Amino acid sequence: MNKSSLIDALAEKMNMQRQQSEFIINAIFNDMTEALVRGEGIEIRGFGSFSIREYKAYTGRNPKTGERIKVKPKKLPFFKVGKDLKERVMAKARS
Amino acid sequence: MTLTKADLVNRLYESDILTKADAVEAVETVLEIIKQTLEDGDNVLISGFGKFTVKNKRARRGRNPHTGEDLMLAPRRVVTFKPSGVLRNKINNP
Repeated sequence: MNKSSLIDALAEKMNMQRQQSEFIINAIFNDMTEALVRGEGIEIRGFGSFSIREYKAYTGRNPKTGERIKVKPKKLPFFKVGKDLKERVMAKARS
Repeated sequence: MTLTKADLVNRLYESDILTKADAVEAVETVLEIIKQTLEDGDNVLISGFGKFTVKNKRARRGRNPHTGEDLMLAPRRVVTFKPSGVLRNKINNP
């Protein structure tokens, strides 16, 4: 599923115009992006939470050439799966 | 400050195109569609944000760290998230 099919699915389930559904999907992911850019976390119960993890600079290697490269410090969003989603996805593994 | 579901609902409500009840329903519906898709084993790719992927983990031999006892861990299915390059850049160069 991609953003376009998510927009279609929401429009169908809520019986609304695609334009409105697109506005909603964009608003949700823009809000989430902006929170992460501000350095804030996101907590959506049953779905999961996002937090910003900071990584220090380190000397890495290009795995292909073996060449040493300096990697600058960076921040990455980290997603922790929520309980409900985790259990629902797991349940299908056993069946 | 942490962004919550209530914040997402309020922003939609404040946009004046949805009633409060519709804003609540929209957010819940979006989350449910994504959860159902992942439960069905399909990935969800949101361009500019990232990709939620379902990964199948094989059964493996594990150990109870408390008792030291060997045990078999059942095959698992887990959800992972990979942020898009656009999102990574925004976070590192705000």
